[in-house]
Amino acid sequence: MNTASVRVLPLLVAAIALLAGCSKSGGGAEASADAIVVGEFASLTGKEATFGQSSHKGTELAIEELNKAGGVLGRQLRLVSEDNRSTPGESATIAKKLITRDKVVAILGEVASGRSLEAAPIAQASQIPMISPSSTNPKVTETGDYIFRVCFIDPFQGGLLAAFARNTLKSQKVAIFSDVAAPYSVGLAQFFREAYLAGGGQVVSEQKYTGGDKDFKAQLTAIKSAGVDAIMVPGYYTDVGLIVAQARQLGITAPLFGGDGWEAPELLQIAGPQALEGTYYSTHFSPESTDPLAQKFVAAYKAKYNGETPDAMAALGYDSAMVLADAIKRAGTTEGPKLREALAATKDFPGATGVTTLDARRDASKPAVIITVKDGKFHYLETIAP
Amino acid sequence: MTELLQQLINGLALGAIYALIALGYTMVYGVLRFINFAHSDVFMVGAFSGYFLARLVPEGSVMGAILVLLGAMAICAALGMLIEKLAYRPLRGRSTLTALITAIGVSLLLQNLGQRIFGANPRSFPALFPQHQFHMGGLVISSGQIMVFVVALLLLFALRHIVLKTRIGTAMRALSFNPTAASLVGVNNDLVISFTFALGSALAAAGGILYATNYPSIDPLMGTLPGLKAFVAAVLGGIGNIAGAAVGGLVLGLVETGVVALGGSTYRDAVAFAVLILILLLRPNGLLGRSQAEKV
Repeated sequence: MNTASVRVLPLLVAAIALLAGCSKSGGGAEASADAIVVGEFASLTGKEATFGQSSHKGTELAIEELNKAGGVLGRQLRLVSEDNRSTPGESATIAKKLITRDKVVAILGEVASGRSLEAAPIAQASQIPMISPSSTNPKVTETGDYIFRVCFIDPFQGGLLAAFARNTLKSQKVAIFSDVAAPYSVGLAQFFREAYLAGGGQVVSEQKYTGGDKDFKAQLTAIKSAGVDAIMVPGYYTDVGLIVAQARQLGITAPLFGGDGWEAPELLQIAGPQALEGTYYSTHFSPESTDPLAQKFVAAYKAKYNGETPDAMAALGYDSAMVLADAIKRAGTTEGPKLREALAATKDFPGATGVTTLDARRDASKPAVIITVKDGKFHYLETIAP
Repeated sequence: MTELLQQLINGLALGAIYALIALGYTMVYGVLRFINFAHSDVFMVGAFSGYFLARLVPEGSVMGAILVLLGAMAICAALGMLIEKLAYRPLRGRSTLTALITAIGVSLLLQNLGQRIFGANPRSFPALFPQHQFHMGGLVISSGQIMVFVVALLLLFALRHIVLKTRIGTAMRALSFNPTAASLVGVNNDLVISFTFALGSALAAAGGILYATNYPSIDPLMGTLPGLKAFVAAVLGGIGNIAGAAVGGLVLGLVETGVVALGGSTYRDAVAFAVLILILLLRPNGLLGRSQAEKV
């Protein structure tokens, strides 16, 4: 598909140019009069494909439900999705394409903070609101006043992980093993370190890797000989899977834990269920939640996707679209500046991951859950309030 | 002390994998004076062949694992001969640069075909061999690591035997020495070159499967970095020299692990390629030089 689309692209551009030249009356404004076009960019393939797929499925479910209920402002919603293949350097181009060619009224995306950070300046400059479903690095919304998110941020996540390591894991000396290529990982490691040190703990070893590495044994051997009682790995699941497996191979029995980047069923397949015993991660949502709205979402998701259980990324993808629809309703228009104001005024909006209130920095403040692996399955452990 | 020894084991295990891939590079180069850049993607095809073949055998059985290994080697041998016939044979006799560019083209073709057919998402490679950890004092070595050592050594000796002791090996050396003269004395050059590619690609498949059992996450672009590292290893040891590939691989594995152990993990790849530059500057023929007797 990639090569074909590359070949077709110049033709397409030429055709559009021709059309535009022939009939000045038929512009983009009329074409979108029937439907409200919402853009989405996600890692649908590649290293973090599970993130993009889950988020995308959640978003699609939300759009479908909204359209069944009569759409927004009497108009149907149309989702235009683009894949950035989990690689850096694609998301800014996609954001430009969504805004200039598809004339989207808002952009939803991404999970990985690094890729949200690439697209955010484009949305900001074009005055098109962007809602990240699950990028937790604070810098994402610091880009400008058009950038929002519907999830918690890493200072909170780092803090709760530090408290968890101290109180639940009873650790005194931890190692941090972070991915230098991911702003998410670097940020989360930093916030965890600050909170953990402030709580009187010690960080005795700090090791680094580059996302996509396969061999982690040298770093893990150094961590092992430093004598730690827990290891913090703020990475993404593909790397984390290999890290956990290799740590166990080296005879490291200390618990490993990390943030929402671990959230993917593939983690179990890559690391193997045995290696994952005694590992923990924090995330945004558990399908075991008893909240009625969460249960309604889980049931609808299972019905649409052949019984598949939604994860946190799916729930946040769903919420991001719902929050956007709510703001469009309140704004009464899809114009960028007015939609931005309506979004910024989002207050007590109930969704699958709890109540969303966007603060002055356009971040949401939500509870986190801790998940552990037991007998080859993910299990809900506890909820930590903000 | 335990840490140092453990890092030594880590480094040697990593190096053995590089050595395994480097064997294929070096053999094709030794015979044809041609760097087959598609080698790293045949390596990827080998891993994916193993992934699909593994569904046909029971998990964790030694017999099944060996069958999968042999099956993948056969598939890649066929692929290697096909690539040679379609891409390289029509260009034989042209400048080496033409062949080199073609090899890069084949490499890109395989990568993109892989993404098209298998998808770009990483897949988790099944546990082929029974997994076990051996503890000696504070040291740990996994069955996967031992397997890499054993297979690399076996293939190294098998390759040396084929090249030095068999009829086809003699033909390969004759071809490498002078293709025209070889064909004058009755060597079937097409057949020998086909065989060389089949052998090199089978080695790549073995490397791919062992790599995937140790690092069980495979994707269509997985060959690029290990392939480059193996190329560095081959040049390091003296490209065209079979024992050199093994030595180069081990040295590179140890250097990389050493860099990480000293805290420079983010400079790991940079150091590996700096080693390549240094070797090219100081000892262009590689560590083991290029002795005529060893040349295949």
